[in-house]
Amino acid sequence: MVKRLIVVAYLFFLVAWPLFLVGQNTFEGGLDNLRGILADPDVVHALRLSLVVAVVAVVINTVFGVGVSLLLVRYEFPGKRLLSALLDVPLSVSPIVVGLALVLVYGGRTGWFGPTLENAGFQVIFAAPGIVLATVFVALPLVIREVVPVLEEVGDEQEQAARSLGANALQTFWRITLPAIRWGVIYGVVLSLARSLGEFGAVKVVSGNVLGETRTTTLVVEEKYLNFDKGGAYAAAFLLALVAVAAITVVSVLRPSSSEVKQ
Amino acid sequence: MSIEISHVSKRFGSFVALDDVSVSIPTGQLTALLGPSGGGKSTLLRIIAGLERADTGRVRIEGVDATDLPPRKRNVGFVFQHYAAFKHMSVRRNVAFGLEIRHRPKAEIRERVDELLRLVHLEQFGDRLPAQLSGGQRQRMALARALAVEPTVLLLDEPFGALDAKVRKELRDWLRRLHDEVHVTTVFVTHDQEEALEVADEIVVVNEGRVEQIGTPDELYDTPANDFVMRFLGPVTQLGDRLVRPHDLVIGTGDAEPGAVTGRVTRVTRIGFEIRVEVTTEDQVVVVTLTRTRFRALDVREGSTVHVALAPEVVAETVEAA
Repeated sequence: MVKRLIVVAYLFFLVAWPLFLVGQNTFEGGLDNLRGILADPDVVHALRLSLVVAVVAVVINTVFGVGVSLLLVRYEFPGKRLLSALLDVPLSVSPIVVGLALVLVYGGRTGWFGPTLENAGFQVIFAAPGIVLATVFVALPLVIREVVPVLEEVGDEQEQAARSLGANALQTFWRITLPAIRWGVIYGVVLSLARSLGEFGAVKVVSGNVLGETRTTTLVVEEKYLNFDKGGAYAAAFLLALVAVAAITVVSVLRPSSSEVKQ
Repeated sequence: MSIEISHVSKRFGSFVALDDVSVSIPTGQLTALLGPSGGGKSTLLRIIAGLERADTGRVRIEGVDATDLPPRKRNVGFVFQHYAAFKHMSVRRNVAFGLEIRHRPKAEIRERVDELLRLVHLEQFGDRLPAQLSGGQRQRMALARALAVEPTVLLLDEPFGALDAKVRKELRDWLRRLHDEVHVTTVFVTHDQEEALEVADEIVVVNEGRVEQIGTPDELYDTPANDFVMRFLGPVTQLGDRLVRPHDLVIGTGDAEPGAVTGRVTRVTRIGFEIRVEVTTEDQVVVVTLTRTRFRALDVREGSTVHVALAPEVVAETVEAA
């Protein structure tokens, strides 16, 4: 009982209360704050940019994540442990370092690879591709970390059975493997989406933060906050948090409990 | 011959799972691969199915060299110890899987699935999920699923190993009857010698990566090729320097016959319809099993002095065989 109380109090003061205050501040003057930012075309552009970047990043991370998970669980190869450790780097390195590193590689003037790309007419840094790249980087391990344990628990006997019944690799994946790991994938996608929408540090470095062009929603929050437009900052922050919380809530409600999955 | 395995070897790291194994498995029969755990019998079955690759050697199935074929091209049905049910599909969809992969017409699939569900007595369970079935039902579903694609050979890897004793016994009888109906060449792996003796037409005894003996259950039981096969197929005891079956021995209380050993009864245990008598001689303990009626007629108890000899009819047989 006491233990439960401590946990609840901890989560309340750390997560619930601060988030609630963001919401409360957003609606302090009724719907004025929300109306205000939604009437600003630059903010709407930022919201749209955040969403597009997040969706693209999630698609990339899902395809890559499921592929890497299969590689890690189903195959033996030299350097497997090293690969597995490397996949956690994006979680442990500060996003701002990620941003700087990407500029060093893809920067248009001085980057290692950037000038070549830019000569070919493809700008990465200070443009949408850079924002996507940074977002993909920071959210990289989330799908993998959700899918790997599920793949391990499911085992490969169903896949072997499918193969002996005549299914090729692709048929086995679509009909057997993917349905078996679907909840792991969905949860990974939701976590990635929430993380991608909220990325700030790496995006700030690579985007150039150009108003109406490469400024994402998180950058809008910062800019408004620093310019004493607290209402606008809270409203934009509220929208960001709302999407993330809603996605996670929906999935936790829909996801079958672990005992049902076991059967 | 349906399956020809020639000079197959397989290692896992430094562990030798199969060491130059050659076996021919006849068409249309029920063959058991029998042996202790880790002896290589499951590996052999998985190599036949293509789920494992042999390091060296060839596998031919119905005359076709299958060594380099992937599992899906071998047309084998495989049944796993833990069922490998497709958990997200109904029983019907599970059984239909191989047919759907082959793009058979819907009506034909429906008809074939109905027929198979009847065959495995699961006709009322078609719309259930595997999780809603008992272990025995799940394994019957897995069997129907494997049979659906009309495999040239049916391979079963310890098919009843995960079931409790009673269900195992039922399914064993049922498999035998099913095989008499369907006649598909069937190979099953088991470590249970009773299961092999009862169900199989032919038994291949596999131990430490090698084939110890191939033969009918009678041949293996009555004329084992070596001590390992003799020990593995049934109970044994030592009489002098010979390895014999405890039920091939007789106890006498009168004058000692030639060849008999004398000792004292040190223990009498009753196991169901059978009595186990331990006779301690000067240098060994001989175990004799006999029926209750026979034991009563003898009138011996712990402490009695008795003679133990090979039963006369067994002696006659051994002479004949030699």
